Amino acid sequence: MSTGGTEVIERLATGISGFDQIALGGFPKGRPTLVAGTTGSGKTLFAAEFLARGITKFGEPGVFVTFEESPSDIRTNFASLGFPIAQWESEGKWAFVDAAVTTAEMPPVVGAYDFGALAARIRHAADRIGASRVAMDSLGAIFTRFANSAIVRQELARISDILREDGVTSVVTAERTHEHDGVSRYGVEEFVLDNVIILRNVLAGERRRRTIEIVKFRGAAHRTGEWLFTIDPGEGLIVIPLAFLGHPATPASQVRVSTGNPGLDEMCGGGIYKDAIILFTGPSGAGKTLASLKFVAAGVAVGERCLAFTFDETREQVVRTAAGWGLDVNAMEEAGLLQLDCDYPEVASLEDHFIRIRRAVADFAPQRLVLDTLSALERIVTPRALLDFVIALGAVAREREITTLFTSAPAGRFTPMLTPSIAGEIASLTDVSVALRFYEDAGEIRRAIAVLQARGSAHDFAVRTATIDADGMRIGEPITRPTRILSGASASPGYLEPPAEPGP
Amino acid sequence: MTTYSFQLYVAGLSERSVLAEANLRALCESRLAGSYEIEVVDVTKRPGLAEDEHVLATPTAVRLAPLPQLRVIGDLSDHRRAAMALGLPDISGPGPAGGTT
Repeated sequence: MSTGGTEVIERLATGISGFDQIALGGFPKGRPTLVAGTTGSGKTLFAAEFLARGITKFGEPGVFVTFEESPSDIRTNFASLGFPIAQWESEGKWAFVDAAVTTAEMPPVVGAYDFGALAARIRHAADRIGASRVAMDSLGAIFTRFANSAIVRQELARISDILREDGVTSVVTAERTHEHDGVSRYGVEEFVLDNVIILRNVLAGERRRRTIEIVKFRGAAHRTGEWLFTIDPGEGLIVIPLAFLGHPATPASQVRVSTGNPGLDEMCGGGIYKDAIILFTGPSGAGKTLASLKFVAAGVAVGERCLAFTFDETREQVVRTAAGWGLDVNAMEEAGLLQLDCDYPEVASLEDHFIRIRRAVADFAPQRLVLDTLSALERIVTPRALLDFVIALGAVAREREITTLFTSAPAGRFTPMLTPSIAGEIASLTDVSVALRFYEDAGEIRRAIAVLQARGSAHDFAVRTATIDADGMRIGEPITRPTRILSGASASPGYLEPPAEPGP
Repeated sequence: MTTYSFQLYVAGLSERSVLAEANLRALCESRLAGSYEIEVVDVTKRPGLAEDEHVLATPTAVRLAPLPQLRVIGDLSDHRRAAMALGLPDISGPGPAGGTT
């Protein structure tokens, strides 16, 4: 029965990376939550994490009721994620209730029965260690052993009532047969109807994609929709991208730094703010990589540490290109001021790239971060996921006041996947947006540059000519003749962009 | 004569607990001629024992002796099936059941 929605639901922070942000604080406290998913969707991990994070982050002991795997298997499986379960057991922080029954061991049933023994065991374990969390994994096994589903449902409802009375917050996992079916296979939602979470593990565009969705939290607000998550060997389950948005906003920096191009600094009103995210857009060959390299060099010149990720070129190509502009990448690295990481996007999922970048940021502690180019990542994900990635990365960078440079092609190189609306949203997440374009003038291909926005600064509104010489990009005079350079070739037949794949 | 030893796990003094115990005692009386012992374990009072013995459902009857250990879940209301599940001798005569099964 609905209580009319006036009751304030107290929350219990799970401590699972990013989950409490999408849950707007955590699970409804003292209630059961159903976590449903197909095989391999991460249910057991979610259940174990719920207890592990309770122990490590909040000092809250927990009981793990296992219906399927043996406690020794669970201890072994989670040791690799850094959960010292055996140690926690000896410290009275974790207790198992081993309710796993193999089919061979299953006694015959003669007459009526209930799960009084199971309920007593769970309560006993919870009392013994003072548990405020209980995880039960997974209900499918117990429904398979006990043929009478009606009894199982009724008894599980009774157990969850007992836990509720004791003020214990619980997670109950259950199987789903298909991704697009009812919530769970055995109708168990009937007794934990209040709170339901679905984990999905689907192949999309030849890539495995894990998502988590809060279907309902009775009477409690939560974020809707599917959120990407990843399972990191070192950090466990991480929900992206809001994992990192919960931090208090850092005060906006008043310090200005150089973009690496004096002319561009001037156009931006005297450099860019130290905590800014700057986006360079432009077709291939327009000067994005050059701008990235100069941005790094400007940091290194004043002793700042720079972390650069290139998704389009090999290390050798980057070193060679840099040498062409008189920049010695190897020397910068030897000085400890640069860490260059070249990888093709296809080597990992976007979530894993994110985790890798975030870890590198934490380890290398850079003052500058470069990502060249976002467009390469479009090959492996949907535009929406790329947007999430940029949001998450932006949050990581801002929190640490890292001057960040992203580059992007105005349209995908291979497929125009980055729709204008997504491109617009990415631009709106950045503080400074710089467009590099080609245009045709008197039978020649020329370059143009414009600062589309520079948040908090009086910037130059002119579209200017640009030339590239041995020193890099020189910014010239405003283009005063009527042109429509920024709207692109299709909108302006007089100006053309070079082919998407320029020759060597 | 073989002495049979049973544990009966029940949850509190419910109607179901009482019925199961009565059924088990009646079965033993009719088939084991007094050479048996029954220990009733209330899981709400001794949950640790239920944990050690991996008992999930109540009532659960466990035949501890003679070996092999046998278990049956339920209130044992069907005496014929309960006797079979616990390996009890047939009412009609000593030794293994020889009649139709």
